[in-house]
Formats: sequence, C-alpha cells, structure tokens
Amino acid sequence: MQSLEPYLAEHPFLKGLEPNHLKILAGCASNVQFDVGQFILREGEEANNFYIIRHGKVAIELFAAERGAITIQTIGAGEILGWSWLIPPYQWRFDARAIEITRAIALDGKCLRTKCEQDHNLGYELLKRFAHVIALRLEATRLQLSDVYGVHP
Amino acid sequence: MLPNPFHIQRLQKETYDTFTVELTPTNSTNTFLFSAGQFNMLYVFGVGEVPISISGDPARTETIKHTARAVGTVTRALQKLKSGDMLGVRGPFGSHWPVEESVGNDVVIIAGGIGLSPLRPVLYQLIAQRKKYKKIALLYGVRTPEDLLYKRELEQWRGRFDIEVKITVDTATGDWCGDVGVVTTLIRRVQFDPLHAMAMICGPEVMMRFTIKELQNCGVGNERIFISMERNMKCGIGLCGHCQCGPTFICKDGPVFRYDRIKEFFGKREI
Amino acid sequence: MITPSIKVMDRVILERNHFQKLIDVLITRDYRVVGPTLGEGAIVYDELNSVDKLPIGWTDDQDGGTYRLKKRSDQALFGYVVGPHSWKKFLLPSALRLWQAKRHDNGFQIIPENEEIQKFAFIGVRSCDIHAVSTQDKIFMNGQHIDPHYQSRRKDAFILAVNCGKADGTCFCVSMNTGPKVTFGFDLAVTEILEDNNHYFVVEVGTELGAEILHEVTYREANGREKKLADGIIKNTARQMGRVMDTTNIKDLLYKNYEHPRWDDVAKRCLTCANCTMVCPTCFCTTVEDVTDLTGDHAERWRKLDSCFTMDFSYIHGGSIRASTKSRYRQWMTHKLAAWIDQFGMSGCVGCGRCITWCPVAIDITEEVRAIRENEMIDTSTISGKEKTNAIA
Repeated sequence: MQSLEPYLAEHPFLKGLEPNHLKILAGCASNVQFDVGQFILREGEEANNFYIIRHGKVAIELFAAERGAITIQTIGAGEILGWSWLIPPYQWRFDARAIEITRAIALDGKCLRTKCEQDHNLGYELLKRFAHVIALRLEATRLQLSDVYGVHP
Repeated sequence: MLPNPFHIQRLQKETYDTFTVELTPTNSTNTFLFSAGQFNMLYVFGVGEVPISISGDPARTETIKHTARAVGTVTRALQKLKSGDMLGVRGPFGSHWPVEESVGNDVVIIAGGIGLSPLRPVLYQLIAQRKKYKKIALLYGVRTPEDLLYKRELEQWRGRFDIEVKITVDTATGDWCGDVGVVTTLIRRVQFDPLHAMAMICGPEVMMRFTIKELQNCGVGNERIFISMERNMKCGIGLCGHCQCGPTFICKDGPVFRYDRIKEFFGKREI
Repeated sequence: MITPSIKVMDRVILERNHFQKLIDVLITRDYRVVGPTLGEGAIVYDELNSVDKLPIGWTDDQDGGTYRLKKRSDQALFGYVVGPHSWKKFLLPSALRLWQAKRHDNGFQIIPENEEIQKFAFIGVRSCDIHAVSTQDKIFMNGQHIDPHYQSRRKDAFILAVNCGKADGTCFCVSMNTGPKVTFGFDLAVTEILEDNNHYFVVEVGTELGAEILHEVTYREANGREKKLADGIIKNTARQMGRVMDTTNIKDLLYKNYEHPRWDDVAKRCLTCANCTMVCPTCFCTTVEDVTDLTGDHAERWRKLDSCFTMDFSYIHGGSIRASTKSRYRQWMTHKLAAWIDQFGMSGCVGCGRCITWCPVAIDITEEVRAIRENEMIDTSTISGKEKTNAIA
C-alpha cells in the first residue's frame, strides 16, 4: 500500500510538521470512504479518530426528537472532522454523516493520544492545530448565532 | 432634485419579504444608464423615499430593476404597488464596483442575504465578457433556504462551467441538502490566486467584517477587497449629512469602497 | 458736499446719523434687510427697516450655558457679539418645501417649487459668521452637487460686516483664525467708533457693489487717526477672547482618539438636546419629510434642519448606528473639527462660541478638545491589539 505521508506533508493542516512527527501520523493513518447517509461518528460514542476530508461533504448534526436531524454545519474537501478524540472524556459531541460520497484519511486518535503523551512536542503541535480548527468552528457558530441577516427591530 | 416619474412594469416576489421591481421611464424615449453598485432613491407617492441599490443588468437601459426587502414604511408601501403604478426615481447615485479594474484577475464575489442584489449587475457584466476574467466565484450566504434571491438565475449560473457558485445557509430547513454554515466558511473552499484576485463583498456589516478577515487570512490585500456600505440617506448627493462614516459620505464617496480606503472607520463601534 | 470716488479696499467714514440712509438705500434697491434686533430675550436676526430696530445701547454677557442682555453705558449699534441665530436662518431655512405632487389617473405629477427669493442684505455680519457662510457656500455651491435653494438665497446677498468691538466669554475666533477682523466675503465692513461726542463707522469697501451703495449714502474720507483707532479696536477685541482652542494636528488627534474615556465623561453631561447643532452657524444637516393632505391626493416634500444628536439621524432598518449619547457627541465634535477638514478642506468650527453659550449644561468644545489633548491615548493599535487577544475568548 502506498504511504499517505506525502499527502499528509502537503496538507495545510499539517504543514511545517517535523518529519518524524509526520511519520508517526502516517503510521496512524488509513484511507476510508463513506456512502451517502452513512454516519462517520455518532454523538456519545467513543471518539478515537479524526478525519482529513479529501473529497465529498459531511454534515455535522444534532438530533432532536421532534425536529429530526438539525445540520449545524457542513464541511468539505480539505477540512478536518473531529476534535473530541483530543479532549476528555473522548466522546463525540455531535453526529457527523456523509451527505455525498466522502473519501477521507482517518487518523487513529487513540494511538495518537498515547504518542502525544510520550512526545509533548508532537502533542503541542497537534493541539495548536486543533485549537485553530476549534476556534474557526466557534467563530462560525457565533456568527450563526448572531443571525446577521435577520431583522432585529 | 426632483424625482423622475417611472412606471412599474413588473413587481415580482423573490422571498417572503423581498421583491424585485422593474421600472420603465414614464417618458419612454428616456434610457437609464448606471454602473454596477449604484443606487437610486425611490419615492412612493405620499409615503417617502428610500435608497435602493440597482439589481438589474447595466446593459439593459430601457428598464431598471431594484430588489428590496420590506422592512420599513416605504419598502412596505413599495411592496404593495402593482404594475402600472408610478414611482419617483432620483439617481443613479454613488460609486460602483471595480468591474473594469478586475479585468485579467480572478473575481470573488461574496454576498450575504439581500447583499446579492447590488452584486447581480456585476455578475451580468462578468458573464457578458467572461473571457476577460480568470476564475469567477460567487459565494452566497443566507439565513435559510427560503431567503435565497434569484433562485432561477443561481441555478443557471451554477450550471455554467466557467463560474464557481457556492451557496450556504445559516440554518437548514426543509429538504435543503446544500451547505450549512456562515458564508465565511466558503472562502477556503474555492481556489483563487490571492495576489491576482479582486473580492467584492456586500452584506450586513458583521458579515463583511468577518469576510474581510478571512480574505486577509487567505492573503488577499486590502486594496483588492471592495465592500458596499449602508447608512441612513436622505438626499443621495452628499448634502444632508446623514450617511457620514468618519470623513466619508456613503452616498457619494460610496456605497462601494476599496477596503483600505475605509478601514480606519469601518466596523468601529457607532461611527 | 463733495463725494470722493471710492474703490475696493478704501476706508472711509460713515457717520452714525447716516446709518439709516444706508438701510434706506438697500431697501430702495429692493433688498430684504435683516440684522440684529432684540427678541426672545436675546439679540436675534430679523427684519430691519429702521436703524432703531438694532439693539442700540445693548450688549450681551455670555459664558458656558449663560446668556444675559445688559444695558451699555453708550448708544452703540453693534456693541455685542453673536446671539442664538446665525445667517443660516435665512440661507438654510429650518423648514422648506422642496416640491409638491398631485395624484392623477395613472400616477402623479411633481410640481416644482417656484421660489421668488427677494435678495437679502445682511447687516452686522461678524467675521466668524463670514467664515461660517463661506463654509456653507463651499458645501452647497462648490461641490459635485449644487443646492439650488441655498444658491438662490445666497448669490445676491449683500453683506455689511462688522468688526467686533468686543469679545465675549465664549468667543475663540482668534484660535480658529476666523476673526475678529473681517478679511473677506463682505461688501462693506464697518468698525464702530464712539468717542466723546462722535459716533461713526470706519467703513472698508469690499466690493464694487459696496462702493456703489456707499456712494448713494453720505460719507467722508477717513483720516489716519480714525483708521488707527479702528485698527486698535480690533486688536483690543482679539485680546479679549474668552476661550482658547489649540488646533495643532486636531484632525489626527480626534481620529486617533475615538475611544478616549473623555467621550464617556461628556456623555454623562450631554442631554442630546441638539441646541449646539441648531445654533452652530456651519451645521448643515437636513432631513426630508414627505406628507400628504387628508384626501391623499396631494403630497409635499419638506426639507427640515436636522441634528446628528437625534436617534433617528443614523437610523437604518433595525436600529440606529449611533445609539449612545457618547457616539453622537463624538460624531458632532469629530465631524466639526476633524472630518470636516477631509471633506471640505477647512474646519467646521469658526470659534463663534454659540455652542458653548447655548448648551444647557455648559459643555465647552474647547474644554473637550483640551481634555482629550492632555490625556491623549498613546496609540490606537494597542487597543486593537487587545481586541485581537479577546477575539476568540
């Protein structure tokens, strides 16, 4: 099987990572594919992965009994899915479902958590990058919350 | 300045609170010339006057289109008019989008809500002279799928191979299966050359502020970012003082500004 | 009597007892003569058909939030400074119908207003107010768009200026470089001189028209002593300024200090009553009102003076851009002293002191500038730096 290392090295999310850290990541990486409608992760379940989306579209959802699935945000090619693997109690906070055929690289978070504990430099690098992802999500959510297009008399 | 008489040719509902009104000069020998981004002051008999940007094709000089949202006294009265009714028109006023200056560049158009309306004339012009431009992207964000303007045209543009159209909604409703999330999240999903791209933004100020930030993060210079601003306007010609933002009069120095020329004042609280 | 021929820049003497004749000549020439008179407990501007309508022997005593009429010990015609009115009362009327419209079968018809404006003669225009009028000239007659209503009132106006013989507690024209000496924009400029038994005016001729009109009135040549006396009066007035404003780099100062704590301080005092904008001789903001009669077939558009101190002023659907008192005072002062320079190449403040006198809580624009200058914020970039750190908090 072809190594995912060259792809990972090029990805903006991992740009600038040291070669030995990249090697560790590549060792935890595998190609995955999801069909339309297939759940990638589910609220409350153990969070042991994250995904670099290569192609397709994923909806991050929240399920409400009376309303059904509410899509909070959609993410697509080039973006990162999943950060709960990094933060205790390592459980998914939302559902994520492919709404197009989606190909991604899955990274084994359980394995990476251990590696990060052993090598704090790797841990710091990953935390920095995930903090950025979380910050962008938070910013987008706050904008959504402020309902900028609504009329507010 | 006196309003010129125009007749309503067609008043078309766009969404539950927006509509497009198509006007022809009462004196039909007149033509109406404007540049993309400019606005008119529309007068409804006895009710009042309101600034509305022009949303039609600049190449079509026999009619003018305006898309408005019924949120105030005048726009609500406007919404109730029928074809054949008369309106007063003063204009066109204000600055325009850098359509000419964008030749040879990528063009990224970012619209929020009814902010698409003053940008539609740009799209008409870009499409008419498609070869003169490199990549063209339209990123459009609205509150819900029901708030989308110009649905048929959006579909047509989306069907073209030479324009990248991305649409997102803040809140998904019904059977919406497109993107969900704020319009700023679309910026990183299109490929363009930040050093040779022109960005034109129109929407609520909060949306424009975050959009500018995201464009800057992508490496687009402030002198390549253009925004369209909104303020209270009474005269349209820089004499009544209402539309000031720092040293600028939005009605005559704007509404379209190159960002580096307004950035000291844009987005500051209560200026 | 031999009448010497006079030309622009000449200085001659007009005796006090010939002042009525000057008014008469103007009236004969079909001018609507307006100027200072007693009214509403102050010295205001109104119709003048007789010299006796001038506030003869009166003066004013002004300070922050204070205006008092007082008797003078003499019978001076112009022994006071400026009151609550300015010439915009005539040039930029507080309410003006712009047009009417009549409904008909398939629409409506706009009926333009055919204004018959009688030309004005302004009597007793002070140097600060000449600067104010010239400021509004620039706004309404020298920009991209010309205001025909202003132009029709302004273009034939005759200006009889007065060099101030006293300054008051709120005057600061010297700081603004706008007085007290009248230097331009007048047809005739007088300096009033009261000696033991002599009461006369040293008149400087500003225009051919001024010379022509003066020619129809009786006058005599001025001698060196009289000219010197007049110069001395103006110099003396310049020394009496009640207020001072340091205008060094004032534009940058105010642009850099949008977030200065002083704005919060002044907001605690400001009542947003809009008095300052109403008395200010340069404030030019207007709004329009569209009205109909009861039948709904007749509509009118009126233009009315407006003020940036109201909430409505900056209203766009959903709310006002400048909702807080702080932002509205800041807008007014920053526009006047900073943005105005960018917009019109001059300051919007002429140092007349009206806004200080007529503020019910005595807010003093010179004091506000001083407070900001004394405690200037070092650099706004440090503020935006802080905002950045908090951005994702």
